[in-house]
Amino acid sequence: MSTETTPGSHAAVDDFQPTTWTGSIRKKWLETLPPEKMLPENQPAYVASWIYVFGMLTITALIIVIASGCILTIGGIQWFHESSIGHFVNSLHFWSVQLFFLFMIVHLWGKFWMAAWRGHRGLTWATGAICFMAGLGTAFTGYTITTNFNAQWVAFESKDVMNAVGLGSIINVTNLGQMVVLHVVLLPLAVVAVVAMHVLLVRKHGVVPPIDAIDPEAAVATETAEVSS
Amino acid sequence: MNLFAIDLNEPATYWQIWSWIQVSVPNLIMIIIMLTLFVGALVLPFPKGRDES
Amino acid sequence: MSRKERNAFYARPWAGPNRHYDIFKEGAIALTVTAVLVVALSALFSSPDDPSLTYQGWAQSAPDNFYATAVSQLAGTSGTATYGPPYNNASDGLSVGPIALQKWTGVTHPVDTANDFVITPLTSQVEPNDVSAALKTWNAATADQQAKWAGDYDTAVQATADDNGLHLDAVAKGDYGPVPDLAKGLLAMANSGSYDNAMTAQQKFFQTDQTKQLLMMGDGSYMDDKATALNLQGNTWGMMNEAGSWPGQIWLAFWSVWYQLPAFNNADGGTLTDNADAIIFFILVLLILMFILVPWIPGVRDLPRWVPVHRLVWKSYYKKYGRASS
Repeated sequence: MSTETTPGSHAAVDDFQPTTWTGSIRKKWLETLPPEKMLPENQPAYVASWIYVFGMLTITALIIVIASGCILTIGGIQWFHESSIGHFVNSLHFWSVQLFFLFMIVHLWGKFWMAAWRGHRGLTWATGAICFMAGLGTAFTGYTITTNFNAQWVAFESKDVMNAVGLGSIINVTNLGQMVVLHVVLLPLAVVAVVAMHVLLVRKHGVVPPIDAIDPEAAVATETAEVSS
Repeated sequence: MNLFAIDLNEPATYWQIWSWIQVSVPNLIMIIIMLTLFVGALVLPFPKGRDES
Repeated sequence: MSRKERNAFYARPWAGPNRHYDIFKEGAIALTVTAVLVVALSALFSSPDDPSLTYQGWAQSAPDNFYATAVSQLAGTSGTATYGPPYNNASDGLSVGPIALQKWTGVTHPVDTANDFVITPLTSQVEPNDVSAALKTWNAATADQQAKWAGDYDTAVQATADDNGLHLDAVAKGDYGPVPDLAKGLLAMANSGSYDNAMTAQQKFFQTDQTKQLLMMGDGSYMDDKATALNLQGNTWGMMNEAGSWPGQIWLAFWSVWYQLPAFNNADGGTLTDNADAIIFFILVLLILMFILVPWIPGVRDLPRWVPVHRLVWKSYYKKYGRASS
């Protein structure tokens, strides 16, 4: 048994010599994402623009998408045709999806013009782009299971795209049974997993400094050199 | 449940911009909202925070 | 500073000034704002729910079209019958140059339009004498004889078409065997609603695959006309549109735009138009890859430097702490 000081402190992590897989995972986790990085009480001074809230807004929209989706699963896929409460929950789901994409696109525009991939944050951008695509796929399967005219048309048209590239039998958009479980289980799990990776990468690397920000350490070094010369 | 009954069941109006761009008014509104939010986010002042160095 | 030096600086943990920032509080406020917006939008505008189309609706509003579609299913000339994989081998399907993924995947969801859409549903219920006699005649005939009857009748029916549609009372006389009675029987089934029941269940207790139903529904003009009326066709940005006056899927703009290009919309056909779905899919895969790989694409990754929108984002920071000149 190794001695451990305050969990998460640098001394504790450095001293801790794991002897188990679990311990190794813990050490790696605490080195990469110590608690003060996961849940900081401050941010760099340059995080001072409304553009920064759109990532958070996207996540809140996703939370409401999932919550309203969960209520829809209790009613079943025909519920919203038969019940006015069901229809209202369907509306919550519909509008939260609209806001999800709206906020995500504004977030994406902001991050592009900020070149937020700088400083080895390329994977943060890439996971974000994959979030968009995963959301797109999930939304698409959602449109095929509304069991109304729109679902009939969306499925009928999109089957041509899937068939054209040989995917039609694996992803049969006209198969309601398959589309429901894809939309309710597999794809939301994929979305949540990619979003989690994306957020953890942001926490790991920190918010990217401004383009052409003056390196604070270089500025101090220059000042020190000037003072001592 | 449509409390205030703004009925969107009517066919949408479509805007033709040039011969090949045709956008529904509801979609156009969403796009304008997105652009407004983006520009607004860039220009509107953000509350000053407590500085800690 | 070189790109490498700059990136090294951007990658280092921030050693400069900080500000108080409560992420969870921001999240709680954001969640409240979003929730209020969603509830308000839902209460004000509800959500679309255009009732699904039925064969009964089709038979009642466009009986001639339903009848002619039934004939084309027997004749093997309908959209589904000539589709190719994964439903049948009637055509090779779409390809992009030598890449013929549709053909290579093969028939994995076989659909026999004559049997699946006409004969089996008719057989599944008690029919009037003329229809059951027609079924007997059809089933006793050879495949070649069936093809001749149905093909000849399909040609004769289509020959009556003019700007006002089909004229089934003016079909030329000929030897069409049991085909007219079969089509009549199917129309009667559809009118009564029992065709919807037969196609939904497909002789199974639990049936959750609507492939055959949608294929039959789409082979006529009923569903297509409704989609056209709602601006949902691919070449009118239909991918992005929604029924009624609700917003659609604006996030599909980058996909929908390709279907508007004249090259993919040639009324006379042509390689690009005929294979549009496949070609556009590959274009999209390329665009999506480029989207994901933006940080590594020279030129694209430099756009933010050349078009300095970022100066608005960090205006107050630059003012207080300065900006490096390069």
